[in-house]
Amino acid sequence: MSTDTYATPETEWKLPSPRKVGITLVILTESSLFTIFVVAYLFYLGKSLNPPYPREVLEFPWLGSFFLFSSSATVVVAEQRLKKGDRGGFHLWWLITILLGAGFLVYTGSEWYHLIYHDGLTLSTNLFGSTFYSLVGLHASHVVVGLVLLSLILVASLTGNIQHRHHEHIEMISWYWHFVDGIWAVVVTVVYIIGMQS
Amino acid sequence: MANSTDTLKEIGTELAPAPPGHEHGTLTAWIQDLIFTVDHKKLGFMYIGMGWLFFIAGGILASLIRLQLAVPNNHVLDPEAFNGAFTMHGTAMIFFFAMAMVFGLANYVVPLQIGARDMAFPRLNAFSFWTTFFGGCFLFTSYVAGPGLYGTGAAPDASWFALAPLTSRAFSPGNNIDYWSLGLLISGVGTITGGVNVMVTIFCYRCKGMTLYRMPLFTWMVLVTMFLVVMFFPPLSAAQIMLVLERFFGAKFFEAQAGGSPVLWQHFFWIFGHPEVYILVLPAFGVISEVIPVFSRKPIFGYPMMVAASVMIGFISAGVWAHHMFTIGMDSFSVTFFAFATFVIAIPTGIKIFNWLGTMYGGKLRMEIPMLFCIAFLFQFLIAGLTGIMLGCAPFDWQLNDSYFVIAHFHYVIVGGIVFGVFAGFYYWFPKATGRLLNTRLGLWHFWVFTIGFHLTFDPQHFLGILGMPRRIYTYQEGRGWEFLNMLSTIGAIIQGIGAIIFIINMIWSARKGKIAGDDPWDAWTLEWTTTSPPPEYNFEEIPEVRSRRPLWDLKHPEDPDWKFE
Repeated sequence: MSTDTYATPETEWKLPSPRKVGITLVILTESSLFTIFVVAYLFYLGKSLNPPYPREVLEFPWLGSFFLFSSSATVVVAEQRLKKGDRGGFHLWWLITILLGAGFLVYTGSEWYHLIYHDGLTLSTNLFGSTFYSLVGLHASHVVVGLVLLSLILVASLTGNIQHRHHEHIEMISWYWHFVDGIWAVVVTVVYIIGMQS
Repeated sequence: MANSTDTLKEIGTELAPAPPGHEHGTLTAWIQDLIFTVDHKKLGFMYIGMGWLFFIAGGILASLIRLQLAVPNNHVLDPEAFNGAFTMHGTAMIFFFAMAMVFGLANYVVPLQIGARDMAFPRLNAFSFWTTFFGGCFLFTSYVAGPGLYGTGAAPDASWFALAPLTSRAFSPGNNIDYWSLGLLISGVGTITGGVNVMVTIFCYRCKGMTLYRMPLFTWMVLVTMFLVVMFFPPLSAAQIMLVLERFFGAKFFEAQAGGSPVLWQHFFWIFGHPEVYILVLPAFGVISEVIPVFSRKPIFGYPMMVAASVMIGFISAGVWAHHMFTIGMDSFSVTFFAFATFVIAIPTGIKIFNWLGTMYGGKLRMEIPMLFCIAFLFQFLIAGLTGIMLGCAPFDWQLNDSYFVIAHFHYVIVGGIVFGVFAGFYYWFPKATGRLLNTRLGLWHFWVFTIGFHLTFDPQHFLGILGMPRRIYTYQEGRGWEFLNMLSTIGAIIQGIGAIIFIINMIWSARKGKIAGDDPWDAWTLEWTTTSPPPEYNFEEIPEVRSRRPLWDLKHPEDPDWKFE
């Protein structure tokens, strides 16, 4: 048997895309960061010594969740449009994604306003306040970063700097956006569905 | 071949003409080059230079600690200064010396070993370096900040793992702890981005034919290390964020009066803290796995097992953290679990030690300086591992936790293991990076003085711990039987310091006047030795193609190449 052919790679030498590996690792490391805050929230659930408690003040974030989850769908539509070369459609759906993300932030802002000024819950009120604002705030800060990325792409595209060959760059940003959505699913489960029991 | 080098050089100068006043060779040009560079080799150099800088700073602090403890009732340092000294010593050595060395070696060597021209994201690489560096500088400005140069400044003083509730505003007023938490938060960003960068480089920029199964072991272990960085540095950052929120905004995470749990801080810190040990030691393992085969003239024994053992260490290290916390009063199930996991992680480490011995067995050993450091490493790391297993026995740990036995154990790991590994790697790759060999005579002096100093410092500390001397005390009374051993330890620290100075002299002298090394001074087998020393900015004129684990062996021995047997 000729060992020569065995040692030489017959197929083309293919390595994974650095962008995809990079963003996957960013998502991994961010998940690890979130895990600690989620653990802190769960660990301190029901251990606050003074009110307000979650079941008294939290309301299920129907509107915010609707905004964020649907933005995950619109970003996919925008991506498809770009792949098909429909730049107008891309801009439209991309803009809708940005508006939905911004809507989510507005919802969170109003929720926090209500909690702070009506229910008197701040970061320093009790364990619930500390863990709630740090976890939800960390997620919201990721939404802000995502919105900055999305807006930059929109501006770059409107000025003609995004071409069809950039579809992988765009895809990476949508991966990040899906990740932010995925984290929201975890936050909703932990903070609202489980948290509102106590 | 010479022609193509010239052409490439010409192209390089054409692309980047020096602006007036910044011609090559002037100090401004040099500094400008350091600030703007995105070259993985220069950044690797800068990481290593930063590492030695903090090594000196941490070493001076260590000497002060040892001087204070040399005799009973000593007054070299007052208690506050002593607390600052051991906190800053630990933090500097772990985060700004050892981590900088890990990233420096990884930066310099990995792209060369896998046949790449640079890291995956060169600008991100520069960002990682500068954030890490500024994090360290920020930490050390604490000495001149706050109350100022009088007294002790505002140096962090709650030990390198800063247990709650000592770190809360009530018990640590002033800004000491803030320097610590913010400094580590800043440098943590650099570390995590660096980890992502190295991993992407390894996954996506290997040269043709370099399958994962043919990767040099140093690169493999760096890969596992960076996975640990990516997974376990964020818990540290998260804990620091909580600490910052608590200290600046009155959040309640670790405050017992509000129902919080100071123990949670310990969990969060050690979830990071234990993998951190492996983050530091795995690259040292990698160096040893490169040096021992080359200086035994045999391929590494049991390559697949070495890779498997590294990956196993990576995974198991995630589940042993609470063995740092046996004395906090965990339930017996947790104690048993973490003690058991600690014993299990000794298995892959043992496999490695056997494989290194198996490589040396029957080999034609060349006792050059890198090999000497490796052999010392084997002995010292074995002892470090054995005391580690002793401390992993929960009942034994209840007796000796927070004593000098623990100090001796982890200094055996970090100095006897990691620092010796770093020295081996430094002597091994220095000729590649500078084109000159480190001086052998000075190297021998460095090796023997440092090794003797190391043993004199840390061997007695095992006995001090068993005799009941607790860690972090700034002085002790006479008549407890600790005087002689403490004096011995201090003398050892001074000898170690002399060894380190010899090394620094050697480094500076050899970089200018050392013997010219040539491309391949050690007759080695991996790709970094195929290019010139120092390598050109583009590393390889032609991206190499690899057909076995020892590509340079194949080139040198076309009649008997490795790939016939793989």
